[in-house]
Amino acid sequence: MTTLAIVNGRLVDPAAGVDAAKDVLFKDGRVAEIASPGKLKGKNGAEVLDATGLVVAPGLIDIHVHLREPGQSYKETIATGTAAAAAGGFTSVAAMPNTSPVNDSPEITRWMQAPDRNASIRVFPIAAATRGSKGETINDYAALKSAGAVAVTDDGRPILKDGMMRETLAAAARAGLTVIQHAEDTRMTQGACMNLGPVSFKLGLRGMPPEAESNLVERDIRLVAELRDAHPHLHVAHTSTAAALAAVRQARRNGLRVTCEVAPHHFLLTEEHVGLYNTHAKMNPPLRSAADRDAMIEGILDGVVDAIATDHAPHAMHEKEVEFENAPNGITGLETALGLCLRWLHGEWRMPLGRVLSLLSAQPAALLGLKGRGTLAVGSFADAVVFDPKAEWTYRATESKSKAKNTPFDGWAMQGKVRWTVSEGHVAYTA
Amino acid sequence: MSVFDLTVEGVSRLLARATELEKADPLLRDRILAKRRIALLFYESSTRTRTSFELASKALGADTTLVSSLSSSIEKGESLKDTGLTLRALGAEAIILRHNSSGAPWLLEEATRLPVINAGDGMHEHPTQALLDLRTILTHLRPGVEGVKADTLAGVTVMITGDILHSRVARSNMLLLPRLGARVLLCGPKELLPEQAAGAGPGIAIERDFDAALRESQVAMMLRIQAERLAGLQLDLDEYKAAYQLTGQRLAAHAPNAVVLHPGPIIRGLEITAGVADGPQSAILEQVHNGVAIRMAVVERALVASEPGGRA
Repeated sequence: MTTLAIVNGRLVDPAAGVDAAKDVLFKDGRVAEIASPGKLKGKNGAEVLDATGLVVAPGLIDIHVHLREPGQSYKETIATGTAAAAAGGFTSVAAMPNTSPVNDSPEITRWMQAPDRNASIRVFPIAAATRGSKGETINDYAALKSAGAVAVTDDGRPILKDGMMRETLAAAARAGLTVIQHAEDTRMTQGACMNLGPVSFKLGLRGMPPEAESNLVERDIRLVAELRDAHPHLHVAHTSTAAALAAVRQARRNGLRVTCEVAPHHFLLTEEHVGLYNTHAKMNPPLRSAADRDAMIEGILDGVVDAIATDHAPHAMHEKEVEFENAPNGITGLETALGLCLRWLHGEWRMPLGRVLSLLSAQPAALLGLKGRGTLAVGSFADAVVFDPKAEWTYRATESKSKAKNTPFDGWAMQGKVRWTVSEGHVAYTA
Repeated sequence: MSVFDLTVEGVSRLLARATELEKADPLLRDRILAKRRIALLFYESSTRTRTSFELASKALGADTTLVSSLSSSIEKGESLKDTGLTLRALGAEAIILRHNSSGAPWLLEEATRLPVINAGDGMHEHPTQALLDLRTILTHLRPGVEGVKADTLAGVTVMITGDILHSRVARSNMLLLPRLGARVLLCGPKELLPEQAAGAGPGIAIERDFDAALRESQVAMMLRIQAERLAGLQLDLDEYKAAYQLTGQRLAAHAPNAVVLHPGPIIRGLEITAGVADGPQSAILEQVHNGVAIRMAVVERALVASEPGGRA
C-alpha cells in the first residue's frame, strides 16, 4: 500500500469541525495523520500532492446514482460511471437497483462490488425492496445487507400499496436498513411526462401533479408514525415539491426518522427549462414550478434537506433524440454537482463552504450509515477531494467521462474545479 | 411550426398571398414550385389536412410523396429522426408533418435542417388550421378586409367549446386570435378544460356555462371529443350533450347571428346536431375550402427563400 501526503492545503472537514491549514497523510487506505503545515511525522517516502491554494475535503458521497450495470452497459458501466464520479470529486456512490435484471439478490449485489467491475471509487449497492421491484414480494433484507446492500428501494417506481410499504418499513427496520422511496403516486401520472401546470398545457404535454409526490410522502410518513416503536428510517428520494418537503419538515418535528435528498436540477431549474421539448430537461420527478424550486433552496439553506444527490441517470444519445413524451427520464449529474453547488449554494446564496460540503459528504454518509466515510478524521477511509474553490470553468458534456451526455447543464458556468480525487488512498482522478 | 413563429405582419402577408394564389392562373401558379419535392409525413390519419396540403403543393407545381406510419418502415420501428434523414436523402426539400407527439416538428427540424411545416403535433398546435379559421372568420365578420393588424378583430368574441385539453386546434386558435384583437372564450367541463388554460396567453377567458358563452360570441367553434386522446378519462356523453351540444334551439336562442365553425371531423349528434352543421350559420365547409389557399401560401413560404417572416 502506498503512502500519500496532501500538503499545504486548507482542510475542510465539517464532521470533525475542522477548517484550517493542515497536511494530511494517508496510509494503507486510511487517514494516518493530520498535522499543521510541514509537521507530518510519517511523510518519509510518501507520494506528495501539493494542495497550495486548494481545499482538501472528505470525498463526496452521492447516495442516488444509476450505473446501469448489470444489463444496460450501452448507457453506462460501473467503470465509466465511477470514472465520471471520480472526476466530479466523488469517492462513494450508492447505486440504484433498477438494472436489468433488477438487483434484488445477494449475487447481483456482490457482482456489482467485484473488482472485475473496475470501479474507480467505492460502489455501495442499494437493493430492490421487492422481488423484481414489482411491489409484491419482500426481499431477504438480512441477506442483502450482508452482501453489502446499504438500503432498499424500488426506485424508478414507488412502493404503492399501503400494506406493502408498511411491511417494507418494518422488515427494513429489523434488518437495520433505510427504505428509500421514489414518491410518485403513479395512478395520478399516467402518460405524463412533465410537471402539470400552465407550461404543460401550453406545450400540449400531459402533466404530473405535484400531489402525486406529496400525497405519497404524506402516506409514507403516516406509516412511519404507525410503526414508530420499530424505528423505521424513511428516506425520500429526489424531493421536488414544496408540499413534500413540508411534510418531511413536519415529520422531523414529530420526532420521526424521515430524511430527504434534493437533486441539483430541482433547486436550479424549473418547468420552463423544458423549452421547446428539450429531452435533456425530462426526468422523474419532473422539473417543477418556480415556487417548488424556491422551496428546495429554502429547505437546503434551513437544513431540512439532508443530502444533495444527483440521480445520475445516463442514457444513450439515440434514446434522447426522440419525441419528448417517448424519451426516457433522467439526466447525468456526477460531474456537475460540486461545480453547481459551489457556484449557487455557496457563491450565490452564501451557504458556508463547510455546510455545502457536509450535504455532499458527511450527511449522506451518516444517512446511510457508511462508517468511516464523509470525514477525514484519523482512522477513517482515505477518501478525499482536492479542489480549487476559486476556479471558474464551463462544463462541456462532450468531455464527460460518463458514456452518456444527457445533461441540461452543458455549457453552464461552474465554480470549484476538482484537482485530485483520492479513493481509499489511491488517486482515482487527476485533472 | 407554431403560431408564435409568425408575426402579425407575417400572418397578414400569408392571408394576402393565399388570396393571390387562389385567384392566380393555374398554369402560371404551377411554375412557382415546379418539380420541387415535398414529403408529407403522416403519423396520424387525416382527411382534410393531408388532402389540402397535397392539393396546395401540387397546385404550385411541386411533386409530393406521402409517407404514412401504417405503410412504411415506421411500422418496423424506424425513428422520426431516421425517417426524416431518409426523406432528405431521397431529395425532399420540405416536410409536412402530422404527428401524434407534441413537439415532434422541432425534433424533425433539428434532425434534418429542412423546412418543417406543422400539420398538427399531438395536443400541441395545428397552426395552418388556425390560419384557415382566421380566414373564414374574416370573410364573415370583416368582409373586404385584406390584411390584418393587432386590432382587426377588436370587439369580436370567439368561443371554443369542447375538448380543449386535448385539442391542438384550440391551442393554435387561442394563441393566434387574441393577437389580432379577438377575445377567446373557452367553454367545457373541467375534465376537458383545466383552469390552467386561461393562463396560456392574453385575451383568454373561461366560461363554463355554454349558453352564456354563446350569448357573448360572434363565432362559435365546436370541437370533437377526442376519444383517442382521453387516456382512460370517463365521460358521461349524455351529460356532455345536455350541457354542451350545439343545437338549433340553442343557436337560435342565444347566438342567432354567430358563425359556426368546426375543424372536423364532426360527430353529428354529439358536439353538434346535423341541423346546425348543415344549417345556414355553419361555415364548416368554407373552412375546408380555405385550407387549400392558406396551405398554398404556407408551402410557398417554406420553400421560397425570398419570403421573409420565419417558419410556419
